Amino acid sequence: MEKFEKVTGIAAPMPLVNIDTDMIIPKGFLKTIKRTGLGVHAFDEMRYDRQGNEIPDFVLNKPQYREASILIAGDNFGCGSSREHAPWALADFGIKVIVSTSFADIFYNNSFKNGMLPIVLPQEQVDLLMKDAEKGSNARMTVDLENQEITTSEGETIKFDVDPFKKHCLLEGLDDIGLTLEKAAAIDAFEAQAAQARPWV
Amino acid sequence: MSAPKTLYDKIWDAHVVSEDEDGTCLLYIDRHLVHEVTSPQAFEGLRMAGRKVHAPEKTIAVPDHNVPTTTDRASGVIENEESRIQVEALDKNAKEFGVNYYPVNDIRQGIVHIVGPEQGWTLPGMTVVCGDSHTATHGAFGALAHGIGTSEVEHVLATQTLIQKKSKNMKVEITGHLRPGVTAKDITLSVIGATGTGGGTGHVIEYCGEAIRDLSMEGRMTVCNMAIEGGARAGLIAPDEKTFEYVKGRAHAPKGAQWEAALNWWKTLYTDEGAHFDKVVTIKGEDIEPVVTWGTSPEDVLPISGVVPAPEDFTGGKVEAARRSLDYMGLEPGTKLTDIKIDVVFIGSCTNGRIEDLRAAAEVLKGRKMAPGVRGMVVPGSGLVRAQAEEEGLDKIFTDAGFEWRMAGCSMCLAMNPDQLAEGERCASTSNRNFEGRQGYKGRTHLMSPAMAAAAAVTGHLTDVREMMELEDA
Repeated sequence: MEKFEKVTGIAAPMPLVNIDTDMIIPKGFLKTIKRTGLGVHAFDEMRYDRQGNEIPDFVLNKPQYREASILIAGDNFGCGSSREHAPWALADFGIKVIVSTSFADIFYNNSFKNGMLPIVLPQEQVDLLMKDAEKGSNARMTVDLENQEITTSEGETIKFDVDPFKKHCLLEGLDDIGLTLEKAAAIDAFEAQAAQARPWV
Repeated sequence: MSAPKTLYDKIWDAHVVSEDEDGTCLLYIDRHLVHEVTSPQAFEGLRMAGRKVHAPEKTIAVPDHNVPTTTDRASGVIENEESRIQVEALDKNAKEFGVNYYPVNDIRQGIVHIVGPEQGWTLPGMTVVCGDSHTATHGAFGALAHGIGTSEVEHVLATQTLIQKKSKNMKVEITGHLRPGVTAKDITLSVIGATGTGGGTGHVIEYCGEAIRDLSMEGRMTVCNMAIEGGARAGLIAPDEKTFEYVKGRAHAPKGAQWEAALNWWKTLYTDEGAHFDKVVTIKGEDIEPVVTWGTSPEDVLPISGVVPAPEDFTGGKVEAARRSLDYMGLEPGTKLTDIKIDVVFIGSCTNGRIEDLRAAAEVLKGRKMAPGVRGMVVPGSGLVRAQAEEEGLDKIFTDAGFEWRMAGCSMCLAMNPDQLAEGERCASTSNRNFEGRQGYKGRTHLMSPAMAAAAAVTGHLTDVREMMELEDA
């Protein structure tokens, strides 16, 4: 995985609450056996009409947000299915950071596995960032994971929390499986002990 | 003496391989269920890294999301090329990596969350994961079960563990008894209606109370299945005699002395007196009515006696969301829910595709016909559920009423196969999600219990099933 660098970019406002994984990537695109190439289908049914033409009102179709790398979203973003196709599509589109008041658990975890940073902030701060994002492409935000800080286009800074282990993995671009396999001895020991305690498993 | 523990605490503690200072744990996984949609990239990852499946004997694969449910599927290939490639990839991966496998034409094939319990793979006290959010279903057995993404599928395949932090404990108690005509689906939808789709975020829910104890294992699976729609990581119900009775004798359940040993441990799997819950929700069983959803989020739940709400009835971001939902659903505020006409009825899914669900729907449909113009589909959750229903003559009741009697699969719950709603069609559905486009582009979904879906099929509009039951009594 690539290391997560400081992000400076355009933030797109998506104030709708409960944006679900079916909206992020409709099921028609789950039939792929690859991880790549889904960016063009991110938010497909909100973004294109049935003939495949862009719907001009949709935020990521507006000229000022086409290059967005940050999403400022309504509450409970990513609810619904476990499909990792949702973060794959967003990452492939070029999204690096998503800010909301809350995320669904599985989506939240999946994002980190794909080099994306989901940030949870209180309502007032999300509102402030939403306003900033609504200014369009002139309003560039900076997200600094190292210092856990967002800087708005006005120069205002907002601190955020992140799990230290997840932060470390993002910054270093670490592969979870490689890390876990370093603990192979502990896994073997657990299996030996569990085979005694619960032999029916 | 150690501090009192919740059921979740006990299962968690029994599976921690290692714990870091910041609380990040390596959690051992007892059962890994796999289906064709979220696994190809994971197997490919293993292949590219030259890794094996760590515990193939604990890994169970079955194709369900993409498979056709038409009765001629045994004879033909899957027409949609992409779907066929995914199913073929699972065939190949299951063989190559040596995992347990139920192919499309095995009678034991079905929806992964129905096959697991049916075959005795799912047992109390286990950790169970699957690349599917409805893995929560297995919590009905007192197993810690939750959905994972494809990167985590690969992680479990390679290591049989997951990197996890412990969630908080939440208790949902349903006191007293349900009234006639009210089912497990009404419980689980009513809980989501009360707590919202984010109400359980960061928590594992333990469902308890008399009304939960009263439920069959099938009903308990329905309740836990939708824990994820309430935002929870998992849903749990403490195992009891009903659980043990259901598990006993199943193909992969322990036998003989091992059964006795297992039973001894399983009987310790309950929340201790005085254990701490971070959040508690209590609902009176008597207060729960048959419910339906009106909008495009599973939290948009109302008793069938209600009317379509107006956006102004809500606050904050939900105002705009409700406006969007009403527009999508083509509904006017103030309309009686029972005046909403439907085009399609779908009975099936991992939420309500078990034998008891089919019995409940057949009970309502017996001797009745579907309303003219309504299309109906019954999709059993597994080949064995289908066979059992046929033995009981339920298939005849469905086909006499005008329903199509299908083969097992996920079908119109997520409409990845050809079972889809047409644009603008409105469906009374026993599935779990009413998201925009879920059952087909611009399709409109109302979630409800199998009995309620059957009642809607007969009248052609959303209907209080209790009225039909009273007619029978009179």
